[in-house]
Amino acid sequence: MTYARRAWIILWKDVLIERRAKETANALLFFCLLLLFLFQFALGPDRERLATAVPGLLWLGFILAGLLGLGRSFLAERDNDCWEGLRLTPGDKSAIYLGKLAGNCVLMTAVEIILVVLFGVFYNVDLWTPAAPLTLVLALGTIGLAAVGTLFAAMTAQVRARELLFPVLLLPVQVPVLLATVSATQAVLLGQPLADVAHWLKLLAGADLVYVTIGLLTFEFVLEG
Amino acid sequence: MILARELRKTYGSNSVIDGVSFELGAGQCLALLGPNGAGKTTLLRILATLLRPTAGSLSIGGADALREPERARALIGMVAHGSYVYEDLTARENLRFWETMRGGDTGAGRLTAALAQVELDAVADERVRTFSAGMKRRLGLARVVLGQARLLLLDEPFTGLDRRGQKWVNEFLLGFKAAGGAAVVATHSFGSGLGVADRVAILGSGRLLLDRPAADLSPEALHRLYESLTDGAEAGR
Amino acid sequence: MTRALGWLAALGLVAGLAAGFGYAPRETVQGNVQRIMYLHVPAVLTAYLAFGLVLAGSIGYLATRRPGWDRLAGAAGEIGVLFTGLTIVSGSIWGKPTWGTWWTWDARLTSTAVLFLVYVGYLLLRSLIEDPEARGRYAAVVGIVGAVNVPIVHFSVKWWRALHQPSTILGPERSPIDPAIGLALFVNWVAFTLLFAYFLSRRMEIARLEEQT
Repeated sequence: MTYARRAWIILWKDVLIERRAKETANALLFFCLLLLFLFQFALGPDRERLATAVPGLLWLGFILAGLLGLGRSFLAERDNDCWEGLRLTPGDKSAIYLGKLAGNCVLMTAVEIILVVLFGVFYNVDLWTPAAPLTLVLALGTIGLAAVGTLFAAMTAQVRARELLFPVLLLPVQVPVLLATVSATQAVLLGQPLADVAHWLKLLAGADLVYVTIGLLTFEFVLEG
Repeated sequence: MILARELRKTYGSNSVIDGVSFELGAGQCLALLGPNGAGKTTLLRILATLLRPTAGSLSIGGADALREPERARALIGMVAHGSYVYEDLTARENLRFWETMRGGDTGAGRLTAALAQVELDAVADERVRTFSAGMKRRLGLARVVLGQARLLLLDEPFTGLDRRGQKWVNEFLLGFKAAGGAAVVATHSFGSGLGVADRVAILGSGRLLLDRPAADLSPEALHRLYESLTDGAEAGR
Repeated sequence: MTRALGWLAALGLVAGLAAGFGYAPRETVQGNVQRIMYLHVPAVLTAYLAFGLVLAGSIGYLATRRPGWDRLAGAAGEIGVLFTGLTIVSGSIWGKPTWGTWWTWDARLTSTAVLFLVYVGYLLLRSLIEDPEARGRYAAVVGIVGAVNVPIVHFSVKWWRALHQPSTILGPERSPIDPAIGLALFVNWVAFTLLFAYFLSRRMEIARLEEQT
């Protein structure tokens, strides 16, 4: 299963580099803390107002952190001049996409856990009771964000004005994921049963499938020179 | 090993490579000379299947490199300016990564042997960030050796190396040739590398202005030819 | 060919204007402002046609690497953004007297706005890459993602909110339209499609000439 080995080694490499360089994770963690303060200041001291805004703020936080974290997906390749090396490797290039996607999902999950904990502590929101259904919504939303984010990150890594282009390309495409996840999160936090938001979850699952498939199919065209 | 016919690469109205043809057999080394900007790197990248030529045909190890680049890539090892190393990984980890990507066997023994061949086994577990340019170059060579390349494409392998380093690369190439591999070495410096070349070619204005067995030319004769040809080529630009 | 299209389009537009303002009856509830529908609806239909062509061009380019496909995608993208902008503006003008605001976050308007944003990003990407081969590839990938996303956006926005009139033309339930209005709409739609074809043909021609220099 060379394909799986290749996807795995990409993940292994990225985790190893991140563990040593510690560039992305630390800054993102701190960024989450900053967001917490930002949201509070922007919405004012009214507890009620903040409580109703929590689902939206949670996802806003994920997306903002995602823009920063995902945009850096291929930084190591660019800085170390390894694009060509990857292009010269034989076999299905989509294995690289899969490995990077896995890495990004891990990163985004870590960010989400931090944000959820911070929200729970600072905004005094009960996020523990609905933890199980919330996790499902988060997982589906994360894949949707990371699938397109990884693909576009590979593209913008090789283009001018990448810091601007990445969010401009990614955000409009993320609209349905955002709508779905916020609506579903809202319902879940209000204690509604998952069955009520089944349509949203199905939409998310379907979208995730579509995005990952497109990523797998088109990655070689983004990598190829 | 290589069969290139009428390779052309144009960007807009600019012909960087303008009809290059040559052949290279196994166990042979071609030194590709030319001033900066002559198109050596472009030609090398076309040979490496990193760049598609605008016209012409290319066969590597019997495979049509343009229609089946994957088959050609399995035989090629390229060490260029960006020597494809991740600075935050150790030498051993870099090898493990690239060899896995190639789909090869990454047993500890194989990795150590490759590192030993390029005399990097002592620093195998040091991060590449601490390596000198020469050491990074050697790591690149270890990578292609591990990948069992049959054709080496080296872009300016002697730049930034001291005499010892250059001598080392020369000896490495000799050993590689003796084992049946072929190599194309692009360089703009004269002293190094010519000792190991079987053929010498000069690239100017996108064309091969010279392609002769190295034995035919003394170093001084070559130097004179180089000056006159490239001066003419530059005047013609 | 392009010339003929141009003339046909001009003719079509004249016919459309006549149908919209002369032939079609005055709507009872909204009054004359409803006539902007003869601009708004054909514009959005044409925009969807354009983005369908972006998808076709994108896939075509990745499959064959022939620049003609990329020219199609690029030209269709530009004109599509134009018609989408037209849709939004006309929708907004229609909305002000009808609903009281310039902008509402109702399903259809929002979907169209998201579509606009996606393809403006597409054009931005195209403008930032000079190498035509790289531009074609990257734009194709974004074009495919954007196009495939359209139905997903449609459903997500629709479930999120519904204020707009239930779609009388594209919707599953067929509420009866006055046949005169239907005919006027049809004439205008044909006119817009001809206009689109004319613009597309022209734009692709210009792109081809630009590449040769």
